[in-house]
Amino acid sequence: MSPYDPYRPEAYAGPPPEGPSEGPSEGTPEGDAGSLAARMRRARRARREGKILHEKGFGERTVERLRRGQGLLYHFLEQAGALFAFVGQFFARFWRRPFEVRETVNQMDEVGSKSFLLTSIVGLSIGVVLAMQSRGTLARFGAESFLPSMLALSVFKEIGPVLTSIVLAGRLGAGIAAELGSMKVTEQIDALEVAALKPFHYLVVTRVVACAVMFPVMTMLTDVIAMSGGFIESSLSSDMDYRVFIATAFDSMQFADVVVDTGKTAIFGFIVGIVSCFLGYSVRGGTREVGQAAMQAVVLSSLLILLADVVVVRISLMLFGPPGSG
Amino acid sequence: MIDVLQKEEAHEPVTGGATPPPDRVIVEMRDVHKAFGQKQVLRGVSLALERGTSAVVLGGSGSGKSVLIKHVVGLLRPDRGEVWVKGERVDLLDGDALDRKRLSIGYLFQSGALFDSMTVYENMRFFLDRHTKMSKGEKDDAIMEVLEAVNLPGTREQYPAELSGGQKKRVGLARALILKPEIILYDEPTTGLDPVSVRVVAELIVKLRDERGISSISITHDLLAAGIITDRAHFLFEGKIIASGTLAEVRRGDHPALQEFFEGTEVYGGV
Repeated sequence: MSPYDPYRPEAYAGPPPEGPSEGPSEGTPEGDAGSLAARMRRARRARREGKILHEKGFGERTVERLRRGQGLLYHFLEQAGALFAFVGQFFARFWRRPFEVRETVNQMDEVGSKSFLLTSIVGLSIGVVLAMQSRGTLARFGAESFLPSMLALSVFKEIGPVLTSIVLAGRLGAGIAAELGSMKVTEQIDALEVAALKPFHYLVVTRVVACAVMFPVMTMLTDVIAMSGGFIESSLSSDMDYRVFIATAFDSMQFADVVVDTGKTAIFGFIVGIVSCFLGYSVRGGTREVGQAAMQAVVLSSLLILLADVVVVRISLMLFGPPGSG
Repeated sequence: MIDVLQKEEAHEPVTGGATPPPDRVIVEMRDVHKAFGQKQVLRGVSLALERGTSAVVLGGSGSGKSVLIKHVVGLLRPDRGEVWVKGERVDLLDGDALDRKRLSIGYLFQSGALFDSMTVYENMRFFLDRHTKMSKGEKDDAIMEVLEAVNLPGTREQYPAELSGGQKKRVGLARALILKPEIILYDEPTTGLDPVSVRVVAELIVKLRDERGISSISITHDLLAAGIITDRAHFLFEGKIIASGTLAEVRRGDHPALQEFFEGTEVYGGV
């Protein structure tokens, strides 16, 4: 058996020394070191026992994890069901009075004019950057003259609609969910309900309609600004005439392409509106839950926009064929 | 005089085949049960409110007082039992019929629930725009009348965030009054107010009963307010009304929860 060394207790195989004769005495520096070693030993033992307990509890932990997973799945399905019910409620009430025209216009203003600066900056930067990035690649194949065409296809068909929708989802999704969520926790929605003011019409239908109507408008504006950005870059880099730019840009595009790809943002707008309203409207609790709803609105809306984009593009390809094929 | 659109039209009252309460009873709850998931909140609540009187429902926090009052206005539906308002089963009404019934009920929320994006004037104008065909001048007069009734004519252009807690409750009360309801439900009308404001709000409730004949149910745990407001008090404990009568009678009840409540309230800031 190796002698007990208080500074290397792990090397000692036997029991710790007892009494002052075998170990350093209390009250001396050695004694303090001894008590430190004892503490370290106790801590190690506790950790070791903890590990054993940990291993013993593995089965239980697995069951617990499965239960938690089951709980999460149940919660997910419950939320998904509630969202579908909310969508059903929207369509059931959309056709019925009262038609809150003035509030819908207010909300369209909120979606439109108040987001215009943000989407303009996004559009301009997309156009300039796309033109700068693509020029070199196209030049390598001697296809620089196709730059406007490539820009138009990229911007109108995909980047413009999706990026605009995601930017708007960030700005509006969080705003709508936070606004409705705080109205919910401060009982303002109940106040509308008990005053027979039909809060679903006033708060939800107006916002969803405003989003569905204004997303395509904002996308169109962003597309035009992005093309302007591309033209500015082209004219600065290669002195391209604007008539040539416009003629080349729309040469390979059909009107149906623009309509379908801009029109799909109405679906994205609907998604942002309905998801954000649903999350805000279903807030229970306090400010923490309001913040969570705002965050979830942005994340969920953005994910659903990307998923919906895949579906819509697939359907449009099936119906209209590849771009320019008509 | 405010001519509220879609006031209750003459139609066959919805009774669900049950016997309606007598005409002098404006609100009645019969054996109301309500659970949220596994949690049973109301376990057979029965109470009646007579026309032109004020009832107070007392009880500790979490005893289900707010849940109870929300049944009267149709914000919640009972799992079992009947809720009668003005001779009709509110628990069986929905859509426009429920909305019409709601127009005869005012509701003062605990926080006032004023729309914070609107001024005090706009808060009330919003109700009038949607439920009346009054001219702008008539609406302005009606708004000033209710603001004067709650002694806050100077707050017309202020936003809710600029008002004190007591002012918010009084503006909330003014908003509840704007459509001239026959019944007002008060959810903790004096919670969080200083004793002077408690007295002001409580006396206002009494004034509305005496001068306008408004029947009311207040839920509170504030004995100072209850003492001023109440004609009839009910004590809610574990989802049941365990004592009813005048406040003095309820106070004298021998149930341990009553003793605990009244002693606790008195020790911790009541009368």
